[in-house]
Amino acid sequence: MIIGAIKNGIVLDHITAGRSMEIYDVLHLGELECTVAIIKNADSVKKGKKDILKIFEVIDLDLDVLGYIDPGITVNIIQDGKVVSRKHLELPDRVTNVIKCKNPRCITSTEQGIDQVFKLTNREKAIYRCMYCESKAK
Amino acid sequence: MRNLIDILELSVEEIGELMGIADDIIERPEAYSDICKGKKLATLFFEPSTRTRLSFEAAMYELGGNVLGFSEANSSSAAKGESVSDTVRIVSYYADIIAMRHPKEGAPLVASYASDVPVINAGDGGHNHPTQTLTDLFTIKREIGHFDGLTVGFCGDLKFGRTVHSLLCALARYKNVKMVFISPEELKMPDYLIQEVLIPNNIEYVETTSLDEVMPQLDVLYMTRVQKERFFNEADYIRLKDSYILTPEKLASAKADMRVLHPLPRVNEIANTVDKDERAAYFRQAKNGKYIRMALILRLLGLK
Repeated sequence: MIIGAIKNGIVLDHITAGRSMEIYDVLHLGELECTVAIIKNADSVKKGKKDILKIFEVIDLDLDVLGYIDPGITVNIIQDGKVVSRKHLELPDRVTNVIKCKNPRCITSTEQGIDQVFKLTNREKAIYRCMYCESKAK
Repeated sequence: MRNLIDILELSVEEIGELMGIADDIIERPEAYSDICKGKKLATLFFEPSTRTRLSFEAAMYELGGNVLGFSEANSSSAAKGESVSDTVRIVSYYADIIAMRHPKEGAPLVASYASDVPVINAGDGGHNHPTQTLTDLFTIKREIGHFDGLTVGFCGDLKFGRTVHSLLCALARYKNVKMVFISPEELKMPDYLIQEVLIPNNIEYVETTSLDEVMPQLDVLYMTRVQKERFFNEADYIRLKDSYILTPEKLASAKADMRVLHPLPRVNEIANTVDKDERAAYFRQAKNGKYIRMALILRLLGLK
């Protein structure tokens, strides 16, 4: 088949080259029934090389997770062959159940049923800290 | 203000208001002796602490309230494996306010989500101890009268000392405060505090290994214990331990109105002979801890 224009769906553009598979896994795209195209090492004016993911259906995406993994991504929503929304991702202020706190003294290591929440404490250096014990995400 | 988990949840103005209430309690204790009648403080101490727990309990009794709770995890349902959330949810049905100490960092924050009543963090592992910081700030205010332009020295174990880290963050919000960090190389102030707190706030700071060198500059000297187990080898400990013991001889070069603070307990880092020096404020500091906790309880209960 030819991977061409999408009528209705999502294009994740400007993925850092080599990270598309990680994003494919994190977003559980393998569980979708629709067509999903992974384009690796495409030429990019901005970045030299980039990856692209094309999802041939509009699905709910966790943009916080996506922004945390690769903040340079552009999310394009396509409807009737036209881009109806374009969002440039940045690091989210907080991420829930994406990072696990590795501090053995943190309450999250023993308390059942609580979310693992990390907050962005330094945008410039992309530093996230555990909401409970303030340990730096590793 | 609904809970106190981290000192930085309080603005400088709110801290000022709490100190004002505590001053008034010291001035007019009789006006407060009945104010918490019918109210109960639960002290949930999952690890032992004599000073902090008794200070909270004395605070509540002096306000006319009552106290219930436990002083070690073995005598609580935590020993049976109950979660912090469940324990606190139940206790919040029985008490009007909770003071909680827990060895796990972040446990009081978890408690505050589960509780129907205000939660005060009375120490969570090596993480936060906001009422100690309130005590430290209140003592500086009582002893010196202001914060602006002070040179505050921190001496001893600056790497692991949670009281030092919290006080540093709290003081960084006052004008023109200068900080002096006196410690062996092995126990220096963590770099992240310098990068994330001092530099963004334009706080002037100096790091040194010599207490003698900087003593004449200091308005406040915050002493902490240098623990043997923090050193990589015994030779280093023996070489360094005496440098950080405060004696009358070392104090000789300090300003006449300088003040020495210590979160206590001390072991040998301040010689007993320093106690009678007017500049030794650490016992008054422990007493201040009760008054500032009284003020905090009143504020959280909405009674002041």
